[in-house]
Amino acid sequence: MEEIALNSGDTAWVLASTALVLLMTPGLAFFYGGMVRAKSVLNMMMMSMITIGIVSVIWVIYGFELAFGYKADSPWYGNISFSGLGGVVDDFTNNGGLYPIPVLVFAAFQLMFAIITPALISGAIADRAKFTAWAVFVAIWSTVVYFPVAHWVFAFGNKVGDTVTGTGYLAGKGVQDFAGGTAVHINAGAAGLALAIILGKRVGWRKEAMRPHSLPLVMLGAGLLWFGWFGFNAGSSLGANGIAGLAFMNTQVAAAGAVLGWLLVEKVRNGHATSLGAASGAIAGLVAITPACAFVAPWAAVVIGLVAGMICSLAVSVKYRLGIDDSLDVVAVHLVGGVWGSLSVGLFGSQVVNSLGIDGIFYGGGTTLLAKQALGVGVVFAYSFVATLIIGFIIEKTIGFRVTKDAEVEGIDLSEHAESAYEMTSSSHGGSSQ
Amino acid sequence: MKLITAILKPSKLDEVKEALQAAGVAGMTVSEASGFGRQRGHTEVYRGAEYTVDLVPKVRVEIIVDDKDCASIVDLIVKTASTGSIGDGKVWTTPVDSIVRVRTGEQGTGAI
Repeated sequence: MEEIALNSGDTAWVLASTALVLLMTPGLAFFYGGMVRAKSVLNMMMMSMITIGIVSVIWVIYGFELAFGYKADSPWYGNISFSGLGGVVDDFTNNGGLYPIPVLVFAAFQLMFAIITPALISGAIADRAKFTAWAVFVAIWSTVVYFPVAHWVFAFGNKVGDTVTGTGYLAGKGVQDFAGGTAVHINAGAAGLALAIILGKRVGWRKEAMRPHSLPLVMLGAGLLWFGWFGFNAGSSLGANGIAGLAFMNTQVAAAGAVLGWLLVEKVRNGHATSLGAASGAIAGLVAITPACAFVAPWAAVVIGLVAGMICSLAVSVKYRLGIDDSLDVVAVHLVGGVWGSLSVGLFGSQVVNSLGIDGIFYGGGTTLLAKQALGVGVVFAYSFVATLIIGFIIEKTIGFRVTKDAEVEGIDLSEHAESAYEMTSSSHGGSSQ
Repeated sequence: MKLITAILKPSKLDEVKEALQAAGVAGMTVSEASGFGRQRGHTEVYRGAEYTVDLVPKVRVEIIVDDKDCASIVDLIVKTASTGSIGDGKVWTTPVDSIVRVRTGEQGTGAI
């Protein structure tokens, strides 16, 4: 083992980033919760909260080892071990080389990614999924889909001297995904598409108005997500350094560009710039810059964001043509944004901004990198979509994935949680018992 | 006695309330209402999906008055609430058989 000293600046930044990324999941709960009707806001938020509970526990038991272990030396999965992270307390992080931060800090940071990815899927099946079925889905999907895919993309292997063991399949192929355009967003978007197909449309979809019940909650959620995303992207440098600074700036300007792109489309097409459009645009831009944030110049990040805002906004209408009730547009925002962002690295990637990167088409690098990026997009989409269809189908046929029609119409908050989010009438104040 | 029911624009409520108080009306009941008449609803757009909102928010004001005051109070409400544009609302009256003040048991015009 090489001698290495802990770097307190790097460790502090990754710890702070970890907390930032955790906050994204409650932020997502607000973002999604505001978009559903008042009768299902608690269920929508609870789908995120239960994901924090389940994934954190299985991450400690076996998830981190399955995603980032190297002892199996497999491109497809890390290591099957139920050590409960007890054996690595004193180790430094080794992911394609040593980082001067404790491995448990890296494990905590990566845990937050493992949490938000399944939580993102929940938007595709709003208002209608049995809570226990969702919980079972989260546990199985994390194990069978997220942990392996995270290994393919994010595991650069344990490097000792010149020997690297346990490099993930896509990482080994040179696919550039800095913070999870494929492993997080395409993965969640493809899974959302599959689950929306398995569960089917909500009662009354396209016949009755399903307006967002609280746009201020959506704006609050978008703000928390945007804030947390600095940890997601700039924290992925695993150090307090120049790449973190680049990722930070790119994250900001891509989100800003996408707000403008989405609103521009709305203003031209519908005549009004909407608050839901601004919030959605910000998220679309953040999604798109996630894989690219450490590989492109800030001007390119603006372009990536602007284009993401426009194409994601236009992509929303596709679900109506296909007749798929992807309720909160997980496909249009995360799948489409993730695909665009991942491919954009092949266009705008530049060794000038990051010497570890590869030049894309606009920097004279030809189509080599774009082809690698397309491989990453295709492999993750195909695996996630097919595996999620199978998992969803099995859950549907065994314990059932959907609540009854009556429960759905009455409101899933009441049937699944025995709660209601708001006191709707003054007559429900109750009286004093004299 | 008469019950005056007025369906009005929410933005006109304060003016109507003040005018009625100035005219000596002692009390009223106000509730939120929604509906449509000649003024149809409006269109809202969420991520490009258009929804028609048929029911427009209104307030319903209810006042019980003595027969002799009825016509002048109705006139006052109409005059105060009018903006001249579509959607100003409606005012109507209905006869009231009896009225009791809950606290004292007083009946008839004394309970108004």
